[in-house]
Formats: sequence, C-alpha cells, structure tokens
Amino acid sequence: MNPQRPETAAASAPANGWAIELEQINKRFGAVHANKDIDLSIARGTIHGIVGENGAGKSTLMSILYGFYTADSGTIRVNGQVQSITDSSHALSLGIGMVHQHFMLVDNFSVLENIVLGAEDSGFLKPSLDRARKELDRLEHEYDLEVDPDAIIEDISVGQQQRVEILKALYRGAETLILDEPTGVLTPKEADDLFRVLRTLREQGKTVILITHKLREIMAITDSVSVMRQGQMVATVRTSETSPEQLAELMVGRRVLLRVEKDQAKPGKTLLEVQNLVVKDDMGITRVKDVSFAVRAGEIVGIAGVSGNGQSELLEAVSGMRDQASGNVILNGDALSLKGDDGAARARAAGLAHVPEDRQRMGLVTNFSEWENAILGYQNSSDYGQGPFLDIGAAKKRAAEHVKLFDVRPANINLKTSLFSGGNQQKIVLAREMERDPDVLVIGQPTRGVDIGAIEFIHNEIIKMRDEGKAILLVSVELDEIRSLADRIIVMFDGVIVGEADPASASEGELGLMMAGINDKAAAGPGAAGQETKP
Amino acid sequence: MSARRPIPRWADVALLPAINLLLALIVSGLVVLFVGENPFHAIQVIIYGAFGYGEGVGYTLYYATNFIFTGLAVAVAAHAGLFNIGGDGQAYVAGLGAIVVALALDQTHWLIAMPLAVIAAGAVGGFWAFVPGWLQAKRGSHVVITTIMFNFIAAALMVYMVNRVLKPASTMAPESETIDVAGRVPQLRQFFSFFGYSPVNLSIVIAIAALIGVYILIWHTKFGYAMRVLGQNPTASRYAGISNSRMIMITMTISGALAGMVAINEVMGVQNRLVLDFVAGAGFVGIAVALMGRNHPIGIALAAVLFGALYQGGQELQFVIPGITREMIVVIQALVILFTGAMEGLFRPALERAFMLFSPEQKADAIAASTAKTES
Repeated sequence: MNPQRPETAAASAPANGWAIELEQINKRFGAVHANKDIDLSIARGTIHGIVGENGAGKSTLMSILYGFYTADSGTIRVNGQVQSITDSSHALSLGIGMVHQHFMLVDNFSVLENIVLGAEDSGFLKPSLDRARKELDRLEHEYDLEVDPDAIIEDISVGQQQRVEILKALYRGAETLILDEPTGVLTPKEADDLFRVLRTLREQGKTVILITHKLREIMAITDSVSVMRQGQMVATVRTSETSPEQLAELMVGRRVLLRVEKDQAKPGKTLLEVQNLVVKDDMGITRVKDVSFAVRAGEIVGIAGVSGNGQSELLEAVSGMRDQASGNVILNGDALSLKGDDGAARARAAGLAHVPEDRQRMGLVTNFSEWENAILGYQNSSDYGQGPFLDIGAAKKRAAEHVKLFDVRPANINLKTSLFSGGNQQKIVLAREMERDPDVLVIGQPTRGVDIGAIEFIHNEIIKMRDEGKAILLVSVELDEIRSLADRIIVMFDGVIVGEADPASASEGELGLMMAGINDKAAAGPGAAGQETKP
Repeated sequence: MSARRPIPRWADVALLPAINLLLALIVSGLVVLFVGENPFHAIQVIIYGAFGYGEGVGYTLYYATNFIFTGLAVAVAAHAGLFNIGGDGQAYVAGLGAIVVALALDQTHWLIAMPLAVIAAGAVGGFWAFVPGWLQAKRGSHVVITTIMFNFIAAALMVYMVNRVLKPASTMAPESETIDVAGRVPQLRQFFSFFGYSPVNLSIVIAIAALIGVYILIWHTKFGYAMRVLGQNPTASRYAGISNSRMIMITMTISGALAGMVAINEVMGVQNRLVLDFVAGAGFVGIAVALMGRNHPIGIALAAVLFGALYQGGQELQFVIPGITREMIVVIQALVILFTGAMEGLFRPALERAFMLFSPEQKADAIAASTAKTES
C-alpha cells in the first residue's frame, strides 16, 4: 500500500479497516522538524504501541491527532474520512479520546462528577448525573472496569483514578483511546489490571494507541508497534515479529545494552546506617515507620516499592532534608543531626551526595543556567570562592568539566537548565553529585524520564561508583532497574520494610507481591490491610 | 515542545517597560483631554519641570533617592521569593534611629553623624522587617500580610513617639527638635549651584552605593546565590542545605535596612527633624519601581528616576496649568504605576508572538536548544 515503507508489516488493509490513518504529516517548530513525513495507519480493534526517545516526536504526533496542534501539512483520516482536527473537543466528537500521563481529575469531586464534568446536558446537574450513572453502570460492565461512582477521587488508588480517566473518554464516545505512558504510576498488579482492561477494550472493537518507553509492555500487549526517532517514523512492525533488542536499536539508532554488566559486589565496611528511622511528611502523617538497614562500601542497596510508600520520605531523611524525623542516620560512623532545616548541608559535609527523585522540583533550579546548577548544594565550598564572595569563574570552570565528563548536550553552560532534555538535566545533577567524590551516594529514580541511550550511561556510572568503593542507596519504582543494578533489594510497603531479597534469585512475581504488601512478615502487621497507594 | 519562546532580554528590560509607559501616558493624555486641557502641553510641562532646569533636576533626583532605597528593598526581598510590602513602615520607624543619632550627636560634624545614623536607621528599619521575617520563618505567617500590618503599627507608633517622646515641650507642631546645621547631611547645592534650591543631598551617594552593593550581593556572593535559589525553588534550597528560615530572616532584615535609608534622606537631608508621615508613600512606589526595574539595580535606578520625574513634573504641572489639580496628578501617577507595575505583563504575550514572527532564526535557535535531546 505504501512503497516507502518496506518494513511496514501491518500495511496491508486489515479486516476491520483503519481507525486512524496519518499521511505525510509534517510539523515544524522553527528549524526543528518535530514530525517529518509521518505515515501511520492504525487498524481498528488493535492495540498499537508507539515508542521513541524523549523528543522523538511522539507527543507532537499525538497532539496533532488530538487537536492540540495543527499539522503544517499532511492528511488525517479517521474511519476513512479526511478530517482536519481543530481542537480536542473536535477530536472527541470524532471518537478520539486521550488519557494523559498526569490525570485531569478534580480531586475532591466524586467519580461520577468527574465523568460528567464538561459533558453536562443542562444547567441542572441532577438529570445529567442520573443519566451518567446508568451509562457508567453499562460501561463498567461492558469493559470490566469497576469503580465506585460515589467514591471521592482523592480516596481511591492511582490505578482506580486511571480507570476513571478511561471511563471519562468512553463516556464521551471514544472509539480510539490514546494512552500516554499509562503505567508509570502503577504497581505491577495495577499495570496487569490495566492491560486486562485494554484487552477487553480491544475485544469490544475499540482501538488503543499506547505511548510508552517500556519495551516490556509493548511486547506484552500490543499487536503492532511504531518506532519514532528524531521526528521520523523509522519502522512499524508486528509485535510478534520483533524483539525488545531490535526495538531499542531502532529507537536509539545504535545497539543498546539492556542488561547492566557488572561484577560481583565486594562489600566493605558499613558507611551508611539507618536505625529505627521514623519520618513524618509535611502533613504530619508518619510515612516511614521504624526502618533500619545498612549500606556498606562497594554495594548498591535498592529500595523497591510502589511510589508513595515512604521511599521519598526515607530518601529525604537520610540526606538530611527532613527535620520531622526521629531515629539515627549514621554516616561514616558519625550520627547526622536531623534538627534544623539545613541538615542537607551537614549530610554533604559528612560525605553524602544526593541525587533526588525529582530533579526539576528539587535537584535543579530550572530557571538558573547550567553553571549555576553545577554548584547547587556546594555553593559554600571554598572551591567556589573565598569568604562571602562567589567565584563565578571557578564555578563555570567546574561546570564545563562536568559537561565534558558526562557528555551533557548541548554543551553550553550558560543555557537555562529548563531548556535541557530530561536525560541531560539528570546528567547535570549526577555530574555535580558524583564528581564531589562522596562516600555515600543516595539516588532516587536515576532514570525517570531519561532516554534509553542515557540510561545506559547513567547505569554504568552508578556501577563505576560502586566499584570505587562507595556505598549506594538506590530508590526506583522501576523494578527492572532495581533488579539489574542492586546487590541487595529491600522492599518497602506502607512505610515498613516488608522484606529483603537477592536480585539474582528473587522472581519478579515475588517482588511484586512484596511491593503490594503481601508477605509473611507483613501479613501479621497492620500494613497488610490492602492497597492504599497514593502518589 | 510547545514552550513559548521568551522575548530577548533587551526587549524584556527596555522595550516592554517603554510600551507600558507609553500606554500609561496615552491614557493619562485622554484624562487630561477630558478635563479640557492640551495633553501635549501637559507632557511638555512635566518633562521640562523634571529635567528642564537645575532645580527641577534636583527635585527629581531627591525623589528618586527615596525610590531607589524602597525599590531595592522590594527587589532584595523579591529575589528570595518574599514580597515585602512594608517598605513604608520600615522607612518610617527608621526615622527614629536617624533622629536619635542625629540629636544625640548634635553639633558633631556630619561625616561622623551620618554613618552612625545610617547604621541606626538601618538597624531600626531592619528590625521592623525582621519581625515579619521571623514570623514567616518560624510561625508560617505570610510576610505579605504581616508587613502590611506592620505599616499600621509603625504609623501608630510614630504618632506616639513624635507627640509624646520627641516633641519639645515648647512647640505645638508634631515634630522633633531640629538638627543642628553641622550634623545635617549636606545638600548637593553646596557643591553645585546648578541644583538651585532643590533638596537633593548626599544621601544620593548612599543610594548609588546601595545600588552597587545590592548588585554585588545578589550576583557575586554565596549569600546572594542562596537567596536566589530560595526565591526560585524553596525545595531545591532545602536540598542544597540552605536554611530557608535563616535566609528569610536575614533577607527581610537587609530589605528593611534598605528601606530605612529613606530616613537618612528625609530626616537628616531635607526636613532636618522628624515629622509625621515623612515617607509619604515612597514605600509603595518602591514596589512599582522594583517591578518596572525587573529587580535589577540598573532597572531600579532608571525606574526611580522616572517616578522621581513624575513626582516633580507633576508638582510643576499643577502650578503651570491650573485646570489640572493636585488630584489629577495623583491620577496620572497612579496610571503609570498601574501600567508599569500592576499590569506590566499585559503586552508580554503579544510581544512574544511578535518576536516569533519577526525573528524566525532566533526562534529556531531556542527551539533547537530546547529539543536538542535525541542525540544523547
């Protein structure tokens, strides 16, 4: 059908016809060709994956389909009809619905109210709600998507909230659903549930477009997959005829090592010890409940768990950022005082470096230039000026070294940090923290939102630090990452350590159960009541 | 990738304020037209009154001196993410520090009295801002609320102090004793006859020093770096081991001390005694000055001179054109504050679009920078 795409296996007309056909879509932002001659045909009643690194043009393409942008040229056909989609309500009326990565829900409204919001029939709410309740009941049964219509959004789990988003789109008559990185916030179990729902949707004849960077998910659920690189569609293949390695290579344009190569750990003396740590969050709720563990020189201890089970608070307490903590954090044999709001400075002085979970909220001042961020946390060091004055020359020199060592692109230390991509921002933080030669390195979500190519680099740097005899505490919601990097895994659930596992022997299933709080140890405790995960 | 491209720096600091000012003048012109006067004549009078002859220039600079101090006070706090609306009150109570030193060292040469008075006024003004800072750092009371309330406390306190403590028994007027000539801050006219009888005095030298000092503080010290981190991202500053509570208290103190310098200009340079309400709203004009000057010392200096010119030119206007009353002048000043201060962002989106249209290469550069990611 299309001679320019010899590798396109799914190009011959499918039995159910095409739901979406994009032809020669072009979108430029100035000199940047965000979408270049994109052809994409998605068969009705299939799950179609789209993968690509950050900035490859996936979001732009989906934004064009959903009416956020208008393409400079090219045609869009929905169900065979040429359409020019002007805005998202137009897209919806054509049966295209979108589930965003960050949910668009009103937290203190009920499920039903959220579903009706923006789709009310009249000025009075009651008739709309009644009608919606019936319709919702039907949808829930048809697609096996149980949600309590009267539950308040902030009281239900993230997985449930995502269902509400899906129901919202279905309620508005979506025939094609676009899901943007839907599993980033889910437990393995919730992700499985989502996949089950997606399969049901497919059975019912709906079309699903799944944007993700997790190749495992692509392999598990999609029928066909398209790979984008630098604004171009480089391949569309049948999932059954490809492999994660091939997809990764297509995405990056070169061979990528998906497994981390490392030698056996040679643990030395204990450098970081946490004893009976209890941490409260800003609302005064206890998030870490009497946690103790130790990290020795030359080993990586990974903390696994679904996001929101106390890992963030634990990281912050260990790195001195929380004064609402009790218990002991012992760095290099000395107890770290947790009092006062400048504990992070004391922790750094004791040889701890911290790569925070959320680089944009915490690890960087995004409005600052690259060089200004290269000294964040070390601004009072005599390396950057004597006495009260800041030696800008010295700071810039150090920043230039970082940029070179960690291959930060673009290599411009005067550029505002917000203009760097996620992976390069992460490299800026990593360079700053690793190049201070700390004894203890605490890392949260090292590769969140980072391209595959950069992930490889970051993982290798972490292993290198370990082999240099540093004690590394790693927190990640990516189970694969923990399993491939850590020498020991600690699983947290509801603020408690529910178990410890050896990454070499523990199966994903075992870890997944522990992450959901199901463990012999936890079963006796209060934490096993069920899944109360909130972001 | 939908990021809107920010306008170039020169347009942000020069073009945008110029457009805002122009719009303010056009609307003011309509007001003047409405009362039946010629707006072009009016603007001529304002410009001549402010810059046309020595005494006018002197007055403009005298007003500008106050506005530099209060503008810097607002800017320093703003860099740390704090909105100090209490410059008026801080300047007012600082008058106590200035007058106490000045009267205690009556007969002493100004070269000795003035530095001590600067310290005293700075300390009192700083203290008046430190308390709201402390309340925010330790108790979580927002400085916007507390600094406003401290303005009222300052006003009540000063009425009491002037009437009950500082006023000599022999006088009726609510004012302190007069400072002896020797201890007064010298007028510039003593050195340059160009300035006529205008009250501009050596306090302007302190103002210029403050402009330079603030520049160095914010961009060339570790403290200034920490301040800006706090202002941009309080979570990041906590991460960086910066004590947010200590930064808030120290920054507010510096801010209040800067506002307190108004007392040197007024009490020791112009009035030569402590009178009621000597700040005359300079603290609030400082907010507009800092906004218009983008919290940068150079911008603040220019904005302070502009507002000084408006004050002085406005005075002139009501003498020359009787149809324009004192209230009308206030309306015009308010319009300028409204357009350059409160609504300073009005044309930003339009300007951003205009720059997108007219400089495709720059736009391309910016987007190339923002999307230069795939190679990593």
